[in-house]
Amino acid sequence: MTTLSEAVRPGAAPDQPADAEVPVRGLWRQGLVVFCENRLALVGLGLFVLLAGICFLGPLFYHTDQVHTDLTAVHLGPGEQGHPLGTDGVGYDQLGRLMLGGQTSIIVGLAAGILATALGTIWGAVAGFAGGWVDSAMMRVVDAMMSIPSLFLFMLLAAIVTPSVSMLIVIIGAFAWLGPARLVRGDALTLRSREYVQAMRGMGGTGGRAVRRHIVPNAVGTVIVNATFQVADAILYVAYLSFLGLGVPPPAANWGGMLSDGLADTYSGHWWLLYPPGIAIILIVLAFNFIGDGLRDAFEVRLRRR
Amino acid sequence: MSESTGRHTPAAGGVQPLLELRDLDTDIALRRGTVHALDGVSLQVMPGETLGVVGESGSGKTMTALSIMGLLPPGGRVSGGQILFEGRDLRSLPADEVRRIRGVRMGMVFQDPLTSLNPTMRIGAQVGEPLRVHERVGRAEARERTIEILRRVGMPRPERIVDNYPHELSGGMRQRVAIAMALVCSPRLLIADEPTTALDVTTQRQILELIDDLREEFGMAVVLVTHDLGVIAGRADRVAVMYAGRVVETAATTELFRSPRHRYTEALMEALPESAIRESGEHARLYSIPGLPPDLSRPLTGCRFAPRCRHATDDCRTTEVTLSAGGHQHACLHPVPAGPAAPVNLPAPVRVEAVPDPARPAAGPGEPAAGPVLSVRDLVKNYTAHGRGLLRRTAGQVSAVAGVSFDVGPGETFGLVGESGCGKSTVGRLAVGLEQPTAGQIMLDGTDIAGLAGRERRRMHRQVQLMFQDSYAAMNPRMRVDAILAEPLDIQKVGGTAERRARIATLLDQVGLSRRVLERYPHEFSGGQLQRIGLARSLALQPRLIVGDEPVSALDVSIQAQVLNLMRDLQRELGLAYVFISHDLSVVDYMADRIGVMYLGKLVEVGPARDVVRAARHPYTQALIDAVPTVTPNAAAARDGMTIRGELPSALNPPTGCRFRTRCPLAQDICETEPPLAGDAHQVACHFPLRPESTAASAPAGATA
Repeated sequence: MTTLSEAVRPGAAPDQPADAEVPVRGLWRQGLVVFCENRLALVGLGLFVLLAGICFLGPLFYHTDQVHTDLTAVHLGPGEQGHPLGTDGVGYDQLGRLMLGGQTSIIVGLAAGILATALGTIWGAVAGFAGGWVDSAMMRVVDAMMSIPSLFLFMLLAAIVTPSVSMLIVIIGAFAWLGPARLVRGDALTLRSREYVQAMRGMGGTGGRAVRRHIVPNAVGTVIVNATFQVADAILYVAYLSFLGLGVPPPAANWGGMLSDGLADTYSGHWWLLYPPGIAIILIVLAFNFIGDGLRDAFEVRLRRR
Repeated sequence: MSESTGRHTPAAGGVQPLLELRDLDTDIALRRGTVHALDGVSLQVMPGETLGVVGESGSGKTMTALSIMGLLPPGGRVSGGQILFEGRDLRSLPADEVRRIRGVRMGMVFQDPLTSLNPTMRIGAQVGEPLRVHERVGRAEARERTIEILRRVGMPRPERIVDNYPHELSGGMRQRVAIAMALVCSPRLLIADEPTTALDVTTQRQILELIDDLREEFGMAVVLVTHDLGVIAGRADRVAVMYAGRVVETAATTELFRSPRHRYTEALMEALPESAIRESGEHARLYSIPGLPPDLSRPLTGCRFAPRCRHATDDCRTTEVTLSAGGHQHACLHPVPAGPAAPVNLPAPVRVEAVPDPARPAAGPGEPAAGPVLSVRDLVKNYTAHGRGLLRRTAGQVSAVAGVSFDVGPGETFGLVGESGCGKSTVGRLAVGLEQPTAGQIMLDGTDIAGLAGRERRRMHRQVQLMFQDSYAAMNPRMRVDAILAEPLDIQKVGGTAERRARIATLLDQVGLSRRVLERYPHEFSGGQLQRIGLARSLALQPRLIVGDEPVSALDVSIQAQVLNLMRDLQRELGLAYVFISHDLSVVDYMADRIGVMYLGKLVEVGPARDVVRAARHPYTQALIDAVPTVTPNAAAARDGMTIRGELPSALNPPTGCRFRTRCPLAQDICETEPPLAGDAHQVACHFPLRPESTAASAPAGATA
């Protein structure tokens, strides 16, 4: 038994007397340390802060007119007539438009990602903990929805309802929760047989308490990591939808829509309409993926025990 | 095997040691620093000898074995000293040759036979692999020799077993396969690292005897690494005791157990429950070594045991102590005086003498006025086994518990022993309401818990609490200790914030922990501390009964003693009743007032602890008692009692009648009918009890019919 327990918990060695003057550090604090050890995660975080800062604070310093078209100044190249990134086919300043589009993309991405994660976590945790026919029924719903191509559904829905920012959030959130639901259900299946859940039941605790206090907090590593990927995905979904012409209607903008507009100009040499939104999308998705990697390490309790 | 004891004297002139470690240092680099796992370890193994290496977890005994085999974990490396095998230093030979020596001349058996075998390879392919790698023999010949070696390790039908996969074999059989794998190249040295720790006592005995026989047959030396002093006492020629990365004492086995010299060895032996019973009667307190082993990643000076030693002086903390010369070596400045005098009558400031406890229902007719706290009647629990395939048709019923009845009185400890798979844990889980019985009654204070629902059921949980084997697994790793201890109060809606805080403070005092632990997380504690926190949580609701499912099995001897003492103190203070479930007969013997022995879902014997252990009536109980390794050297040598062979039958299709009859040496035709549990205080379910119920049996008549 002895070597077994050693192997399982290498760092829980009997070398930390309870009364020694070791500073007590909380789990969050320890997690932060591990997160900060991951360079890429810090790069991702920096990138996100930078992009968000430019999109939301930039317009305060760089005033442009993104409502009225200016047909006297279409397709100006970068640097011409005081437009650092040029203008597009209807005369909007490209840099200003990038900031405006970024606002939509980031808001929709974050909100839809969070909505999908919250919904999926609750659904998965309840299904996995309940088990039996409840689990079967709940997961068959997920399977059924997953079997329909999401792009097809998006197109259908977008044709029925008028796209707006809040509508986009609901539509994307309503379909993106399937992935987290499956992941969390898998976690919940193993977590519910853990002894601390049994111990709680032995004290007379209910299933709701088990889900709330034990299953969800212990699945939080999976959940938060997945949430960052969900955000990245949602930003891409907005881009797809706009690319297909189902995004928010003009004069509102988003990066995906700008990209699709720019694509029409590929052969006319207006590269400044194509690359900036494309690069912006790549950077924000990359930033969220890096942050997700870092959070995964931060929530991996075993890494902290060494 | 007794004649082999002491056959080789360590300093026999002229004979070159097979393996010699000289000042071996091993470091392991971890994230938080470097752990100096071994510090100047020197050992000798003579040809044909069994060397026992004993120590608690973290003492470096496994690291010694892994250093010899070159199997150190990531970050580990041998940083100094020599490993001489047949006179050649493995550290200075070319890698290719070392690999051959380790592969052919040495064999290793690991603790867990489940994880040391590859589940996707057939037995034959695994056992024959070293032959194909090192001797480059053909497929057919490898198979031939594999069958031969499997036969020699006592596998039934080896020509069929070779084509099986590991999951088709039982734990004992897997360990035999692992041994066969180690022996297939006829090594000169076998290193067995806790070879029987994961096995039941009866299987353990079979495996240890097998290793002993094979040693003689192959003329090889064995290094037996274990934490269990009892295993060493019966099997090894010489013993090396390790503590905190150093060898603190080596001597011939009989010599060491008769008169240990190092204070650590002495303390370790006193901490064994069986020695407490032997020396001071049933209700003595165990000697517990205070404190914890040192942190090996920090620089240490002086004797490493000094901070926990009751004989330590200032010298011990400052001077480096080296092993003394001679046959019985020890590294202690104030050793136990030599000679056969029992080492108990020394000044022992920590030891509390046996206190007669008033709360405990003393032997003799107690107060029958108070009814039993827990009363179990004809308890049955079947699990449905599903067949394979899509429809998962019911393939049968696994009979986990089959008609168990017993009572537990207030303030009493009822011990439940049996091997793994006998249903003892299931009984415990049923008793605390974690599972629903298939049939039968569980009465808690006279109320049948099956009939309770909603609020009443929740209140029922206040009366009875479960204590787990691994408290770490039983605590949510993301909750701080204050939240963990408050949870039962929160669930049962007891008191307000201030009251709860006061209650938690009281609990911590009761289990002997400081308030500082409240802000910490479970992974920051050692095993013994976690078990204290677990106990505190069980006590939070002031239950009348605590069901302990192997509560000390994962702990080292010295820590185990601390927890057992604490459990007894709390019982006396609070008048708790315990159901103490364990596979370890000596621990149950020490803790329990009455013992129930389970075999394959049935209670085969119930009686007062003393009577069951010293005058067993059921053949199975006797076999269990005989199989337990003991540190008493004479008892270890002269052991010819009841031996059972073979494997536990499947609970999916248990034998009819007496379930033990398939393995019982006394079984006859009548055993196909089920024997009732008969007797007054000391009951047995056997047609041929080994001895009549002793007339002097004087226990509270709480036993059931």
